[in-house]
Amino acid sequence: MGLLERPGYVAGGEISFKSELTSGLDADAMRKLRGKKISMIFQDPLTSLNPLLTVGAQLTETIVAHLKMSQADARERARDLLDRVGITDAEARLDQYPHQFSGGMRQRVVIALALCSEPDVIIADEPTTALDVAVQAQILDLIKELTVERQVGVILITHDMGVISDTTDRVTVMYMGEVVESGPTLQVMGKPQHEYTKSLIAAVPRPQVKLKRFSQISYGGRETRFAIEDLSRNWPEYSNQPGKPLLSVSNLKKRFPISRSIIPGRTKWLTVVDDVSFDIMPGEVFGVVGESGSGKSTLARVISGLHDLDDGKVMFDGNVVNDPSDREAQDRFRREIQMIFQDPFSSLNPRMRVMDIIAEPIRHHKLLVGGNIKQRVDELLDQVGLGTSAAAKFPHEFSGGQRQRISIARALATQPRFLICDEPTSALDVSIQAQILNILKDLQEYLGLTMLFISHDMPVVRQMCDRVAVMRGGKLLEVQKTDDLFENPQTAYTRELLDLMPHLDGLSQEGLELQ
Amino acid sequence: MTNTTSSKPLSSWQQAWQSDLAWKFRHSPIAVVSLVITVLLVLSAVFAPLVAPYNPFDPGSLNLMNGFTAPLTPNAFTGDEFLLGTDDQGRDVFSTILYGMRISLFVGFAAVTLGLLIGVTLGLIAGYFGGWIDAVIMRIADVQLTFPSILVAMLIFGVAKGFTPVEYRDEVAIWVLVIAIGLSDWVQFARVVRGATLVEVNKEYVQAAKLIGRSAWSIIFGHILRNVLSPVLVIATISLALAIIAEATLSFLGAGAPPTQPSLGTLIRVGQGFLFSGEWWILLFPSVTLLSLALAVNLLGDWLRDALNPKLK
Repeated sequence: MGLLERPGYVAGGEISFKSELTSGLDADAMRKLRGKKISMIFQDPLTSLNPLLTVGAQLTETIVAHLKMSQADARERARDLLDRVGITDAEARLDQYPHQFSGGMRQRVVIALALCSEPDVIIADEPTTALDVAVQAQILDLIKELTVERQVGVILITHDMGVISDTTDRVTVMYMGEVVESGPTLQVMGKPQHEYTKSLIAAVPRPQVKLKRFSQISYGGRETRFAIEDLSRNWPEYSNQPGKPLLSVSNLKKRFPISRSIIPGRTKWLTVVDDVSFDIMPGEVFGVVGESGSGKSTLARVISGLHDLDDGKVMFDGNVVNDPSDREAQDRFRREIQMIFQDPFSSLNPRMRVMDIIAEPIRHHKLLVGGNIKQRVDELLDQVGLGTSAAAKFPHEFSGGQRQRISIARALATQPRFLICDEPTSALDVSIQAQILNILKDLQEYLGLTMLFISHDMPVVRQMCDRVAVMRGGKLLEVQKTDDLFENPQTAYTRELLDLMPHLDGLSQEGLELQ
Repeated sequence: MTNTTSSKPLSSWQQAWQSDLAWKFRHSPIAVVSLVITVLLVLSAVFAPLVAPYNPFDPGSLNLMNGFTAPLTPNAFTGDEFLLGTDDQGRDVFSTILYGMRISLFVGFAAVTLGLLIGVTLGLIAGYFGGWIDAVIMRIADVQLTFPSILVAMLIFGVAKGFTPVEYRDEVAIWVLVIAIGLSDWVQFARVVRGATLVEVNKEYVQAAKLIGRSAWSIIFGHILRNVLSPVLVIATISLALAIIAEATLSFLGAGAPPTQPSLGTLIRVGQGFLFSGEWWILLFPSVTLLSLALAVNLLGDWLRDALNPKLK
């Protein structure tokens, strides 16, 4: 696109468009080509539109610039385009500002913007990464339709294997700046030749079959050894009452004020978690799925005690959780329930060394003293595969996946019985996701940890959970055994969620350990 | 992945030297010059008894005959020569400046420390707890901001003076000055720290600490404090310059350091009486010193603000 900023430069090679080299073009000719013949869709629909101009103004401006038509005609055309990308009531929407559109709607506007000049090629750089699953499927369908209808070529750049296998005709796999494999999508996905492609495909969570473990990425020295089984040596034996749930949630309600008022009756409330009840048995992995805004993260925060509840009860091991009158129970609860957060970049204090981050829970609960703390931290770092040299470093020296492993080490430091995982891998690449999920699987297998696993990613849920609850708008729609849910969904909404999953039938089965 | 370019582990001094901040510092001539001037002035003030040729407060070394000696000119009566001349009482201006700067710097540092402690603590509390605590603290801050800070300082100074017995007034004057300037200064710290705290509180590491069971105080001072310190450092540096000026202003107006312990402001006040009778050096040299000190510290603060601001990279 010629948007590369200095000091980046094209080191060599050539790009030709319709058999003409683009590399020799001057800035002026390049500008004409860009936008007119080639347009681009960016990753973040929140920043790729100008917030101070109406959508209509942005569209007509582009149309007038490229197609030389009158304002009125351009507006007409803009309306047609919005209509085409699936925005209802296009005429009225033209006069609205970007902030009045939802994320998916904005991405539709961006696509309309890219279509303005009737380009021959559209480059889409991770167009759906910032969007919800349901919206992602719609946007991808739209892109597919448009390519057929308008005969445009689309270059889709993404890290999501599901998107690739669902949408594209041909695919090129890149690793460290080099093309390692290229060919028709079905062939590359079904019979990968290169080791890197194979390892990538093996790491993709499948919706159809449950795996015992994900095969480790073993390409380019990125293999990481971790040894969760070592943890089980001095893990405390928790005496679970057989047949009794470890965590029991009954009629839980949580609401937030949307507009406050001094007069109690006039405060407006938004009920985020509405009358939710379920039990989690010892050793079980209980999944909660739902799209963003369904209240699943709030549910996790209420259970963990980060938010107060408005109504209902949470019982853990026979005790009411967060009862301020019983300090001892509260202390025990803090030790036995730990949480792994979604964002590995904000869940570790950037100004603390890893040693202090992991030692904090040990010191707080006075589990160990003196040199034993250092020893325990080193052990934990070894067990999550980071090595003891990590202790003296700061979080910014680690990648997202490594940080998430530090997070896990911190959560394990108190030797908890119950782990809440709030979208633990949604910020990670597929190969790193496989690593983290493997660690979590090991925690179940070797330590018998009970987990509440929250995710919007259905294939991941299939891999991790014993039972799954589907949430929508704060309400629990159904709770089922994972296999039953996937084979035989009871509600229309669950079916819809399942239909939105990428279909990964064509993916190679090589290197999978089935359960 | 970590980007370790060198294989040898670096000592902490080497690490500091190779940090981004140190690199930026070495490549900013203004910052280097400002730091050199500041360090030079601070050191000469701290070691004034060693550097100064005379002790201006030792009556034994004073000779009234030396009064009004011009710089670098031998005195007509005694033949003594003084680098920057002498004042009406025959005190060496160079030495009084060094001793005066001690008072100025002490009041500046102490006042900023006081303002910083109060402001940072209240800002953290307001940002962390929110609700009515936040409202009360920030309204007090807003009210104080509507008065010029020098006025607030004079008010505090006046009230404190009224409550101290006459015989102790000179002794406590310096401390009253520190409290007056410090209390007029905390608002800036509180506002900035509150803003930064509001951002930090919503980060997941704070929730993780809550889940561990840490108390509000250990989260505030153990986790959040270290993440809001870099803007505090910037404000502290700029406040130091302002506090030195505020002290000079108060002393110049007569509401500050007593003549027995003259600060730069007091020296300027004394000097202005002689401006039109030809003894310009008594006023000029303390003024230039004050100017260079305040300017150097201020430029240093400005540079620090730009260097620590990720948006200006």
